[in-house]
Amino acid sequence: MKPHRAWLLALGLLLAACGGGQGWHLKNVTGVVPDLEFRLTDDSGRKVSAADYRGQAVMLFFGYTNCPDVCPTTLSKLAAAMRQMGEAAQHVRVLLVTVDPKRDTLEVLHRYVRAFGPGIAGLRGSQAELQALAKRYRISYSYGEPDASGDYVVTHSSAVFVFDAQGKARLMVLPNDGDKAIAEDLERLVAG
Amino acid sequence: MSGWLAFLLPWEFSPLALVLALGAAVAFVRGARRAPPGQAVGVARRIGFFSGLTLLYFVMQTHYDYLSQHMFYIHRLQHLVLHHAGPFLIALAQPQAVIARGLPARLHDRVLSPAWHHPLVQGGYRLLQNWFVAPILFVGLIYLWLTPEVHFYAMLSGPLYHVMNWSMLLDGLLFWFLMLDPRSKAQGALLSLGPRIGLLLAAAVPQIALGAHIALASHDLYGVYGVCGRAWDISPLEDQQLGGLVTWIPAAMMHAVGTLVVLSYWMRSK
Repeated sequence: MKPHRAWLLALGLLLAACGGGQGWHLKNVTGVVPDLEFRLTDDSGRKVSAADYRGQAVMLFFGYTNCPDVCPTTLSKLAAAMRQMGEAAQHVRVLLVTVDPKRDTLEVLHRYVRAFGPGIAGLRGSQAELQALAKRYRISYSYGEPDASGDYVVTHSSAVFVFDAQGKARLMVLPNDGDKAIAEDLERLVAG
Repeated sequence: MSGWLAFLLPWEFSPLALVLALGAAVAFVRGARRAPPGQAVGVARRIGFFSGLTLLYFVMQTHYDYLSQHMFYIHRLQHLVLHHAGPFLIALAQPQAVIARGLPARLHDRVLSPAWHHPLVQGGYRLLQNWFVAPILFVGLIYLWLTPEVHFYAMLSGPLYHVMNWSMLLDGLLFWFLMLDPRSKAQGALLSLGPRIGLLLAAAVPQIALGAHIALASHDLYGVYGVCGRAWDISPLEDQQLGGLVTWIPAAMMHAVGTLVVLSYWMRSK
């Protein structure tokens, strides 16, 4: 990005920060977060990229199946929001990118996401692909020391990035946002 | 060993930072070699300049920057270097004349010197270095980037993050070059020595207040680190308390040391 564009963006964001989020319940991140872009493998073994999800709103989320609290809570919340949306939920996909590809094989991932409901896919990539994606969205993940039985904790981002049907980043779900707020904003987003 | 070497590589490479750091270092060394008799550049000035430059490069262009993006108190230490320690050490070394002497003659004579003496640049510089504007800008930038809403976007957006860090560095250089000018006003400094002591002490007070506010807050003010993930497992409040202390104590100490430096200039001038 050219320096003068960065300064203009900064000014715009400051004004946006002062002026509120234009009526969304969720955090408005339009123009702040980069567009949807990745190359990973989905839980059915298919190579997928962002282009495969064009035409649908995408909720992108990072987690792992051994995650004790944040991931199941967030996924249940997103699944509940999808149920509230009814028909409109057909235009929404939830993508869980595993930050623990070592333990989360495609099979494990497949069983895990199915348990939360339809419209949710698990994505897996190599460490290099995962690192590139984390850097792009400025999020982090790191591995704790394994215990006696080889289990370890993964410290990771709790962010849910919401992209519109064109793959533009629009909103962000924060830990305190409820399923009702998510459903209302997503309905508005897929309605255009 | 390879882990450490990898750590020293840039997390987000900035050609501008590399060119400026290398250019300043080479120009300083050349300028010091060409010092006219009686104006030799002493060891203390060399150490001050290179330690300031190295610190700045380290926090901006190594994997330290990755940690700064994912841990509040590491970010506060980064800004302590960008806005206080780095520019302080460089300004203390007074490298302007040395660097100017070490620059390629054509670059200096045809580009930088005319640009620096252009009325618009001089006018802008004097406006920013006004006794009223400079400390407000110095404290105001700290408050601006630590406003939770603004901080959230700065940590989420790459371009805005770089605007934040460069603005802290540039303002740090402006402020400490203004404050640590060894000359009195009669000798050409922009501000007299006495008022500078007052401004240095006054500018510390709002920083102490903000640092204490953050360190003693009982809830998470900067949720973006939890959202984007912390670099390692540490509780949000522990991270925030450490960050508040960094904003509070070392920053205030730098102002106290700055005051002592200006006092020593004043005693020497008597």
